[in-house]
Amino acid sequence: MITQKLKTEWLGNIRGDILAGIVVALALIPEAIAFSIIAGVDPMVGLYASFCICLVIAFIGGRPGMISAATGAMALLMITLVADHGIEYLLAATILTGILQLLFGVFKLASFMKFIPRSVMIGFVNALAILIFTSQLQHFVGETWIMYSLVALTLVIIYLLPRFTKAVPSTLVAIIVVTAIAIFMNVEVRTVGSMGNLTQTLPIFALPNIPLNFETLAIIFPYALALAIVGLLESLLTASIVDDMTDTESDKNKESRGQGIANMLTGCFGGMAGCAMIGQSVINVKSGGRGRLSTLVAGLFLMFLIIVLGGVVVQIPMAALAGVMIMVAIGTFDWSSLRNLHKIPRTDATVMVVTVGTVVYTHDLSKGVLAGVVLSAIFFAMKISKVRVETTLESNSIKVYQINGQLFFASVTDLLKSFNFNDDVKKVIIDVSGAHLWDDSAVGAMDKIQAKYEQKEIEVVIRGLNKESSLLMDKIGGISKASGH
Amino acid sequence: MFNKLGLALDGSEHSHRAADKGIKLAKLSTNATIEIIYVVDGSQSKSDVLHYGDTLTVSRKREEMLSIFKEKIEKEGISSHITVLHGLPAETIINYTNETNFDCLILGSRGRSRVQTMILGSVSHKVMKHVKSPVLMVK
Repeated sequence: MITQKLKTEWLGNIRGDILAGIVVALALIPEAIAFSIIAGVDPMVGLYASFCICLVIAFIGGRPGMISAATGAMALLMITLVADHGIEYLLAATILTGILQLLFGVFKLASFMKFIPRSVMIGFVNALAILIFTSQLQHFVGETWIMYSLVALTLVIIYLLPRFTKAVPSTLVAIIVVTAIAIFMNVEVRTVGSMGNLTQTLPIFALPNIPLNFETLAIIFPYALALAIVGLLESLLTASIVDDMTDTESDKNKESRGQGIANMLTGCFGGMAGCAMIGQSVINVKSGGRGRLSTLVAGLFLMFLIIVLGGVVVQIPMAALAGVMIMVAIGTFDWSSLRNLHKIPRTDATVMVVTVGTVVYTHDLSKGVLAGVVLSAIFFAMKISKVRVETTLESNSIKVYQINGQLFFASVTDLLKSFNFNDDVKKVIIDVSGAHLWDDSAVGAMDKIQAKYEQKEIEVVIRGLNKESSLLMDKIGGISKASGH
Repeated sequence: MFNKLGLALDGSEHSHRAADKGIKLAKLSTNATIEIIYVVDGSQSKSDVLHYGDTLTVSRKREEMLSIFKEKIEKEGISSHITVLHGLPAETIINYTNETNFDCLILGSRGRSRVQTMILGSVSHKVMKHVKSPVLMVK
């Protein structure tokens, strides 16, 4: 049974997986380099990360056919850590990120992701796209028209080539063409080589060279937590997309554990933290990749290419990478959310815009997610705390208050206001068959209403309590009555 | 003559026009069936999962969207069922149609602009070229 599953996951689609893996490896190179440059580290750090993560995830990930590597979302979170403390702290943060993600998986916290509202996720993706785009603007400062036209050429090739052939990733062709132009025409443009060194060696195991004390932990922990959350968020989102594309299911907790172990190992081998990539996973599935073999081939072929082509990679003009990143930004942005912004509920649109705004302002995706979640929770409480109270006179001396809605701490103030304690009646019936009592504030409010009427010698009858609400009333109401009245 | 009909939809306004023509065509025969074909591609998957969350909700939303067409067809007394496929739109429709042997495939044309067609290519054009059965393209 288990061996059968392993066999289909690994060998169910050999030809498709190998071809797709090669395509993905080719498409990964420019992105891994560009994301390293965004993070402010040597291109090798992103390339090692992509190699390690692909390799590890191929074996222990929860979603066969998904591609994980160095990503923009993660790179953007590292910028200040690298700038303030250097690469060694980044590697330590990467290992800690892995440990946190592993714990998430072990304690099955993946299901908590469902509490993140859709509008926050859309805001997250859009903010990511905007940040990837703006991170490229620095490469345009003080450049000549030659650089601008190389960027334009890159984009033209990327978008038009797929019309003629889909066999090779258009991003790679664009990089090759633009690099060739730069080399043979001998134009003076900034290249990858001017951003950092490229070593043509396999990554080696080494623990980060940092003092192991509380101070270090205090520095890296906030970064690691943000990286862990953002990494899982994007990974689980990607896993669902691959689930949908392939019409299959996947194990989200296993994926969390896999992401964790992959990051721990990546940090030990000199790579930066990564996660699943939406764009590359879509490319993989579209190219025919379905099984674990595709991810493994992508990682191995990527390393092979670096060892063989390392010398050429340093000559890639930054203009070409900037073009690729602009394409990644355009592809990441959820354009339908912009088109439908006026159609969706006002609160959802606000949450989305606030999420994007917070990220763009703080340059921190995790802060945007937090702001979005908090705002949605407030909106939700506001919506749900609306209580409708209808009153009818059953006879001259009996008044019925019909309560509809959710009774809890946020709604009881409005509830109390809708009662008129100066009613000139003998008996008040409170019908709560359309309501639910959720907490101690709700029970307290019912007690208070009862007490106020009883002061005026009006009899109060509560009817239509549902089972849970009456259990709660018995549990809490008894206590507050015994002590209070 | 046209008994077994395929109706390829993308859920847009044009799909309704294609469905209307499909119904008219089906009424020419006594017991025609219309199979609604909907293809989910990568970018559709991405935006659907992003907007609706888990895959269960995503498939439910698609079912809801497509059942509007199904009800429309069944109201005219024509039997119909829905098939959701995954992959590149043109290629998937072509393969499925050629396997299924429809008497006629009805296709809506979204009418992309010239620039969009240049970049994305025309699904209907490709399908017309490679499908073996007769194709009715509804403009």
